[in-house]
Amino acid sequence: MITVKEVTKRYARNTAVDHISFEVEKGRIVGFLGPNGAGKTTTMRMLTCFLPPTSGTATVAGFDVLEQPLEVKKRIGYLPELPPLYLEMRTVEYLTFVGKLKGLSGTELRQRVDTVCERCAIPDVKKKLLAKLSKGYRQRVGLAQAIIHNPEVLILDEPTAGLDPKQINETRDLIKGLAGDHTIILSTHILPEVEQTCQQVIIINKGKLVATDSVNNLQSRARGAESVLVEVAGRNGDLDAAMVQQRLEKVAGVSRVAFKEKRQNRSTFEVESQKDRFLRGDLARAVVESGWDLNELRPSAVSLEEIFLQLTGEQPAPPGEEPAAKGAGK
Amino acid sequence: MRNIWIICRKELHSYFVSPIAYLLLTMFAVIMGFFFWNVLGYFVFLGMESQMRGEMYPMNVNEQVIRPLLSNMSVVGLFLIPMITMRLFAEEKRTGTIELLATSPVRDAEVILGKWLAAVILYGCMMLLTSLNFVFIFKYGNPDWKPLAVAYLGLLLQAAALLAIGTFISTLTRNQIIAGAATFGVCLLLWVLGWVSGYETATWAQVLSYMSVITHFESFAKGVLDSKDAVFYLTLTFLGLFFTARSMESLRWRS
Repeated sequence: MITVKEVTKRYARNTAVDHISFEVEKGRIVGFLGPNGAGKTTTMRMLTCFLPPTSGTATVAGFDVLEQPLEVKKRIGYLPELPPLYLEMRTVEYLTFVGKLKGLSGTELRQRVDTVCERCAIPDVKKKLLAKLSKGYRQRVGLAQAIIHNPEVLILDEPTAGLDPKQINETRDLIKGLAGDHTIILSTHILPEVEQTCQQVIIINKGKLVATDSVNNLQSRARGAESVLVEVAGRNGDLDAAMVQQRLEKVAGVSRVAFKEKRQNRSTFEVESQKDRFLRGDLARAVVESGWDLNELRPSAVSLEEIFLQLTGEQPAPPGEEPAAKGAGK
Repeated sequence: MRNIWIICRKELHSYFVSPIAYLLLTMFAVIMGFFFWNVLGYFVFLGMESQMRGEMYPMNVNEQVIRPLLSNMSVVGLFLIPMITMRLFAEEKRTGTIELLATSPVRDAEVILGKWLAAVILYGCMMLLTSLNFVFIFKYGNPDWKPLAVAYLGLLLQAAALLAIGTFISTLTRNQIIAGAATFGVCLLLWVLGWVSGYETATWAQVLSYMSVITHFESFAKGVLDSKDAVFYLTLTFLGLFFTARSMESLRWRS
């Protein structure tokens, strides 16, 4: 559906996008991931024919962005970072205007306006001035605008930026609901979003392509063996962390036990198994049979965050920070 | 063609839901009303004077009311035109809606023509409102309508040219005030260029004076449709729109 070959965008002083190549199949949701200023927006703008690439070729639905921009534009729905709203218009007026721009007319146009309002959950603000809408509603009107002509390809630049958690969930569900009939590229710098919404990830950093793969593959690629977090508490009084560690190390299949932290009579360890061994049961038994309490046992799944940091070569967060935050909550 | 009209209607909608259109219409109508009152008052005074002295001055409504009035109108237009065009592209660039237009299946030329056309239509509305003044002249006097029609055509052509220049300047910045101020400066310059010919007769002075938009209006104000002046305005319009198109294109390569 989308083919990008060796695309480069150079400005006077810097190179925003540097020889990026990737392909997106029809009907997939692709997450475009990278820190701020990585070149996500520039790449998207090139795909939407807003900016011409300095070199390289990009085709959308078989049409070249430089050669046949009008054909590409007909097939693309684009939501820029800031929804492009005319604030002096009412929602319906705005969607009707955009619909006309995209070539709709008559009954079809009216139907599409109703459909997208329904789909983006904005029928209640149809008659309102866009200037009076809240951020979340504006974002949704922006999304409605992008899908009004039922485009084959949807390009969404940070569709959930600035929304509250409830709105973020709604927007994600909406995007997931759009998959199938539409090919979707969405950019974000929020990693869980990609894990939750996308099937494929394209990671770029400083204008260069770092990785492109499916979410599952990326996760398992970074995770060699299973690793679990174990929190152990002494039944009465103090707990000797060293003793616990020794006991855990004795469990068959454990390759490494790392002491993470101690708080009063509780201690947390990170236990790594050898490849393809699942030993949560064994660990639990070992702790309980030694007369300690097992407070918590959970897989410390390698999140995309870590993969991302590994791939982009940045320093990971100091170890132990996340489990500590969880433990403090109890 | 359809796209031009879509854009044009959207622009007109923005003009008329905001106070801009009404402010401009009112200001233009009030100022022109004042000029009309003034010119007419002077005309009546001259008439009375000639009667009291018992000698007949040649009195002519077309020459003594309509012509000065329309010359004033063409100058007042210079001051209001920046207010019409300053938002056309600057606002779209500031709010990011330019991305919507640039990624929709419409050509740059259609966007530009649509916006410019909306500006011309708004100016046309402003002119239409001032024609109320002339209704009185026709009711109580007996002027010739043909020179008036020619002068109105001239006004519209002049405005079309200046609006095209304003549209071009609006694409250069995302700040409406800068766009407005620059357009105002250019409009003023295009007016005062004609003044050199007052004391200087060298070729360069003639060229400068030829470039003045007001000089070219003079024959229109007299009711003379001179193709040389019409061509001047049309050329200026074309140049303005052409540069707008270039500027839109360079926007993409630079941004």
